[in-house]
Amino acid sequence: MSATGPNGRSRAVLTPLTLRERHLAAGARFAPFAGWEMPLQYEGIVAEHRGVRERVGVFDVSHLARAWVEGSEAAEMLRSVTTFDVTTLPEGKAHYSLYCNETGGIEDDVFIYHLPGDRWLVIHNAANADADFERLRAVAGDAASEVTPETVMLAVQGPAAVGLLCSVLGEGFADLAPRDCAELSWQDAPLLVARTGYTGEDGGECIVPAERAESLWDALFAGGATPAGLGARDSLRLEAALPLHGNEIDAATNPYEAGLGFAVSLDDGAPFIGREALVGAKAQPRTRRLAHLAARGRGVLRAGFDVREPGGEQPVATLTSGGHSPSLRIGIGMAYLPTDLAKVGTMLEVNVRGRALPVEVVRRPFYRKPKG
Amino acid sequence: MDYETPEDLLYTEDHEWLRREADTDEVTIGITDFAQEQVGDVVYLELPADGTALTAGEPFGEIESAKTVAELFAPVSGELIASNTELEERPELVNESPYGDGWIVRVRISNAAELDGLMDAEAYRAQLPED
Repeated sequence: MSATGPNGRSRAVLTPLTLRERHLAAGARFAPFAGWEMPLQYEGIVAEHRGVRERVGVFDVSHLARAWVEGSEAAEMLRSVTTFDVTTLPEGKAHYSLYCNETGGIEDDVFIYHLPGDRWLVIHNAANADADFERLRAVAGDAASEVTPETVMLAVQGPAAVGLLCSVLGEGFADLAPRDCAELSWQDAPLLVARTGYTGEDGGECIVPAERAESLWDALFAGGATPAGLGARDSLRLEAALPLHGNEIDAATNPYEAGLGFAVSLDDGAPFIGREALVGAKAQPRTRRLAHLAARGRGVLRAGFDVREPGGEQPVATLTSGGHSPSLRIGIGMAYLPTDLAKVGTMLEVNVRGRALPVEVVRRPFYRKPKG
Repeated sequence: MDYETPEDLLYTEDHEWLRREADTDEVTIGITDFAQEQVGDVVYLELPADGTALTAGEPFGEIESAKTVAELFAPVSGELIASNTELEERPELVNESPYGDGWIVRVRISNAAELDGLMDAEAYRAQLPED
């Protein structure tokens, strides 16, 4: 047997997590990711995935790049660089948005928190951290500041996550509705929390000063949260059909074909980078669409595999992501298909190292949590 | 980390094990405790049909885990006479019981001399990584 694992460069200088010792104690196996040394898994990807789906898991997502934009002009500054009209976002709410380029391609996807006192927190992908911060600096100057190194971000996700966060953080969290955000406190330090996540489960994401992070981790751990790594984070977001920048979305994909039109506001008429291209893209008929493929035979779909029509020779698409769904126990993946092949129920094939695996176009998400 | 390496088995450099069934030319093949730990949660195995001829050192199947795919190499030449059909429904047996219920294939060997080229448990343990 010979494994062809992730091709990490072990000698590259990686940024260690503040909670590295806690992760080691929990049995973490690390992998390089966007310049960070990140827990790939602890007990095992499938066990961690189930832990999140059935109870509650905690992810250290401190690699996500966090920046403030502050002041009375902050909303307008942000509006000029992101697709969603944040000027309509009430205080105490968080919303998904995109940074696009002049051709309407997606440079990154972000979460924006509107906190009291004209303070806006933007959460970026780690791989795009430098370019994203430059984008904010260009419009906001000194009103933009990075807080990634001084803070730790923990995502608490799963059906028992809200209960756990209520017991650890107190009543302040209990008052939050989905996509609310607030500044609470943890051991006399400010704790930012949003009822958001990237798993398809309920829960919250907490940001605390680095020196208060160990005690928060310990409290979540003592309250029954299973540590979960990047492996489970990927299989969970894939089941929830959430796009990953660099896979489903990049500088060459536009929000409409990616199914992210909800994150683009055009009606207010306000200018932002990429607006003109997006007005054009919205008006045109789609030539391709991000589709969701479920294997109808045994086998695992992986990013990069070709998609063909049944019996066809020529690829019609390439999988942007793929993997095994622990919840559904089948292979699942996503791909941009020509519009006529992207209809739900269409049968196609994926070339799994020379073997044709039948797949069906299905509705998103692949997995939806049972109604409680 | 301590990995199980039963004394009554033969081992390959590719981290597979082989057990010769008593008084037959049949062998059972699986992956070692070390291998299942490295590959992680097994979710699918792609194996050839019964009757397929295997050649020592050549790949004959694939083992897919949540994070990766690895090839299975034939430790000896022969004819595949059975694969573990239980793994179709419960591939996790490879992780839970790599030397027991997680066995992978049974092969009728064509050249018993090939067994002499495999390692015993002591030799296999000696070449496992230290940590």
